[in-house]
Amino acid sequence: MSTSTSSDNDRKEANLISSIREFFTELSLLTKFTLHFFKELFKLPFEFNEFIKQSYIIGCKSLPLVGITGFIMGLVLTIQARPTLVQFGAESWLPAMVAVSLIREIGPVITALICAGKVGSGIGAELASMKVTEQIDAMEVSGVNPFKYIVVTRVLATTLMIPLLVIFADAIALYGSYIGVNLKGDVSFQLFFSQVIEKLTFQDLFPAFIKTFFFGFAIGIIGCYKGYNSNKGTEGVGKSANSAVVYASLLVFVIDMMAVQITSLFVK
Amino acid sequence: MGATEKITTLNGSLEIKHLKKSFNENVVLDDISLKLAKGENIVILGKSGSGKSVLIKCIVKLITADEGEIILFDKNISDLSSDELNTMRKKIGFLFQSGALYDSMSVRENLEFPLRNKKDLSQEEINTLVEESLADVGLLDVIDKMPSELSGGMRKRLGLARTMILKPEIMLYDEPTTGLDPITSKEISKLILEVQKKNNTSSIIITHDMECAKITSNRIMVLKDGLFATEGTYKELEKSEDEWVRSFFE
Repeated sequence: MSTSTSSDNDRKEANLISSIREFFTELSLLTKFTLHFFKELFKLPFEFNEFIKQSYIIGCKSLPLVGITGFIMGLVLTIQARPTLVQFGAESWLPAMVAVSLIREIGPVITALICAGKVGSGIGAELASMKVTEQIDAMEVSGVNPFKYIVVTRVLATTLMIPLLVIFADAIALYGSYIGVNLKGDVSFQLFFSQVIEKLTFQDLFPAFIKTFFFGFAIGIIGCYKGYNSNKGTEGVGKSANSAVVYASLLVFVIDMMAVQITSLFVK
Repeated sequence: MGATEKITTLNGSLEIKHLKKSFNENVVLDDISLKLAKGENIVILGKSGSGKSVLIKCIVKLITADEGEIILFDKNISDLSSDELNTMRKKIGFLFQSGALYDSMSVRENLEFPLRNKKDLSQEEINTLVEESLADVGLLDVIDKMPSELSGGMRKRLGLARTMILKPEIMLYDEPTTGLDPITSKEISKLILEVQKKNNTSSIIITHDMECAKITSNRIMVLKDGLFATEGTYKELEKSEDEWVRSFFE
């Protein structure tokens, strides 16, 4: 009995050590991949056409999804917040409160999570499939730098497109909030937005906007890393797409937490 | 018909010396040496998993060898910087077993892709090159289609056209007729020979298809346990006393 308990403990300990080792190995490979990205980023020539194509795919093709999510986000937040504010007799604060919540936190994080699901998994699956079907090798042997062509363009496109998608989502969410306010009230469009603009400060907008670049970079680099290093054939394609979403989403929360901490050092 | 005559002038552009490659404990290539003569077609035979594909991937440094030297156009590839290696790779064509066509690009874009770094070519010249290459493999009429709309044989031919567009001096074929019916396989084999004669390239062809080996080879090398067990022309090996070698021909 005691021998079996001891061997169970040994096995658990061995598993724990192997998991920790795996985590640090993965982290070091991701760091190496990221450094490789920065090295290739400044090498000429820049693959401009591919960058524009990826920006279109990542940006324009995500607009409907991000727009619908943003609208629901604004509407639901307004409907949920109203009863509490009514209790405190602060219903008139509804537009301002919703706007600050959306722009500082909910808009960027929810949009980034939606993009981690749509864009991150797409990049992960596409690159993994290219790897499995030897398309990346084919690029390499034809003298084209596949890292520069595939990874640099996609990571740059996500880094620049996610902030634009967040701005779009915030705008639609505010419109959704305006609709939400008017479900049980009568506030004009001008009044609603003048209250929103009046309460929003540079300190609300700037940190929220800056962190979205990091969200975009994280989604792009994780998607590319998982796809580019995929193996195990077609099984690997699914795994890469899946782990790209999981890790990118996790990283979005980690970056958000760090951004809040850093912002709180400068903004009172 | 065929390329059965043995080429004796060894003024080649590829030489492999004592190449070794292992994956963990598994020794795949153990002391491989070969010399490819100008205009020569070498066919490499061997059982599945004997390291044939690993060998040609080592030549273009898709896989790095553990030991040994690969001399390409008088330069050891392990001494080359990544830019030099990319320049060198443009002189080598590699036809992948799957064709490795870029499925997000049309047939035209697939062929234009290897030319993207040739800044001295105008769009008109690129169009001419693309159309010529497609005409060589009889695929001019599918120029605006996507790879997914093509049959297996067409995909192989397109892969060949894309590889040949840079006018490589050495061609490496990884099982070019795998998955094709005997008639299409024969067509591809003849096409390989035609293209090789037109451009005077040297080739290494990995295949299990003996009809392909018969049509394309000047010399056949048989890989066994990480070493070249024997070599000779098709006719010589067909009559080999070694039963294992002869089994490939039966």
